[in-house]
Amino acid sequence: MSQALLNVSGVSKRFGGVQALSDVGLSITPGQVHGLIGPNGAGKTTFFNVITGLVPSDQGRFELAGKAYKPSAVHKVAQAGIARTFQNIRLFADMTVLDNVRVGRHVRTQVGWWQALLRTRAFTREEDQITRDATALLDFVGLGHKAHQTARTLSYGDQRRLEIARALATEPKLLALDEPAAGMNATEKVQLRELIERIRAQGRAVLLIEHDVKLVMGLCDQVTVLDQGKRIAQGPPAAVQCDPAVITAYLGTSHRPA
Amino acid sequence: MNKRVQAFLISAVALAVLPLLLQGFGEAWVRILDTALLYILLALGLNIVVGFAGLLDLGYIAFYAVGAYLFALLASPHLIDNIPAVAAMFPHGLHIPIWLAIPLGAGVAGLAGVLLGAPTLKLRGDYLAIVTLGFGEIIRVFLNNLDAPVNITNGPKGVNSIDPIRIGGVSLGEPWQVMGMTLPPVTLHYYLFLLIVVVAVVISLRLHDSRLGRAWMAIREDEIAAKAMGLNTRNLKLLAFGLGAMFGGVAGVLFASFQGFVSPESFSLQESVMVVAMVVLGGLGHIPGVILGAFLLAALPEVLRHVAGPLQAMTGGRLDAAILRQLLVALAMIGIMLARPRGLWPSPRHEDRLIPDEDAPARAHGGRA
Repeated sequence: MSQALLNVSGVSKRFGGVQALSDVGLSITPGQVHGLIGPNGAGKTTFFNVITGLVPSDQGRFELAGKAYKPSAVHKVAQAGIARTFQNIRLFADMTVLDNVRVGRHVRTQVGWWQALLRTRAFTREEDQITRDATALLDFVGLGHKAHQTARTLSYGDQRRLEIARALATEPKLLALDEPAAGMNATEKVQLRELIERIRAQGRAVLLIEHDVKLVMGLCDQVTVLDQGKRIAQGPPAAVQCDPAVITAYLGTSHRPA
Repeated sequence: MNKRVQAFLISAVALAVLPLLLQGFGEAWVRILDTALLYILLALGLNIVVGFAGLLDLGYIAFYAVGAYLFALLASPHLIDNIPAVAAMFPHGLHIPIWLAIPLGAGVAGLAGVLLGAPTLKLRGDYLAIVTLGFGEIIRVFLNNLDAPVNITNGPKGVNSIDPIRIGGVSLGEPWQVMGMTLPPVTLHYYLFLLIVVVAVVISLRLHDSRLGRAWMAIREDEIAAKAMGLNTRNLKLLAFGLGAMFGGVAGVLFASFQGFVSPESFSLQESVMVVAMVVLGGLGHIPGVILGAFLLAALPEVLRHVAGPLQAMTGGRLDAAILRQLLVALAMIGIMLARPRGLWPSPRHEDRLIPDEDAPARAHGGRA
């Protein structure tokens, strides 16, 4: 196994009387798609929010690309190289599709406001570069022809893809997707799967929360299963699928795994 | 010749000739224009805070007050008369030149903007509005009460005998003879204010179309998503507060010299609300709309002054003209907001032309949570 990109261990989080996470950990290597599954309320999204700095953890050790990082502020985590999407899509709804992605480039560019006021050459050059990068990313996710539409007018599947494009614009080492296939139809799911495979081919790691078992099993290299805030299984999809604890907790006793 | 250049030249000439035509009907009309220009400057500044970054600031007039009092104190005999130490330091009197006063006013107001913005960073929406409203009032109460034990602001009596602006030996406080024409002070001020408003418009437009402008709008749209994109929302918000306050400070400096007198009364909550109304009525975040809103709301009460008179006569004097005027302004605002809820001249929306994909989940889940 190559050097881990993200290494998280011993994460605990309590909300009042609810132990949302207890001693959860996982590790992801570059170019790997890592699935995070579990029944509703298992703590998947909480774990996600802890890793990306949205929710402070009570305990836990975090390492990104061999360096310890403290998920204390969301924007610092993004700067360090973890970009995420949201379960309930959070686009900049009244901005254009292109501008949504251009905002994603903000963190990798640096021209200051006084240069914007003076319209210096550095400013124009960087703006052109931002627009080129953003357009390339829109083409990559297949939204190039909708660049000048307002984000809120996109279909649901397109909004999901735009969120991915915006996250990719921050040049993440790890892309964290929170239920990207929720509400998608079969065609859109196939496109999504193909998109995630292309992202993996770029050498980025992907952390994927998903309810769609078929998608997770077909796409992921590793799967971590959470139930009631605890990790109950981890391993390649085929092994996890046969794990009796997983079948009981997640798939239910009356269902056969897909 | 290119159409844009033509349009630009025509409007430039129109704006230059306008006061010359109006001053024939009476200087009061040009004075209305001057006031409108000051309000446009204020509205453009507030538009950075409210329109771009989405931070509802109900105490914006405080920065106008900071600029106005800064110039009032540094360009009037008030401090020399009241504080012997200052009199000893400046035996020839305090007369700050305008080219120094404008950057100083912008700087001090900008600093005040950052200082007052800092404690409000975690607040949003209604809560932010209430806190900024409080800060605005605090500044006014300070100005009202800083006349004892050391008389700094002269309290509710205000500061008078403020120097008029002098530019290259021409005082804007006296009529100026040029090319066989006599330009009264109101017209001279008009040209100066117009120049500064044009600069402010250019600054606003350039900020809007930059990386920074997009970052502000992202915060306005969804702060958490903006953070997740790596934006340092704290610094960006402080920058919006600071830059917005700078416009207010400059407007304050101009106001103080234009009036020759400042008192805390000019910086009441009513004024803050007025500037917010201009921004919202014109079209939040859209610069031409904001200018239109500021112009209308600044000029409308003056026009209504002429309408209220006859109405008062019709009712046999039972209707008070001042109250009637407020009523008409309020009715006009309610009417406009009902008919055009996004403002008179909002930013163009792209979906106006495009039919969104028919997709059941898209409607069920909405655009965002």
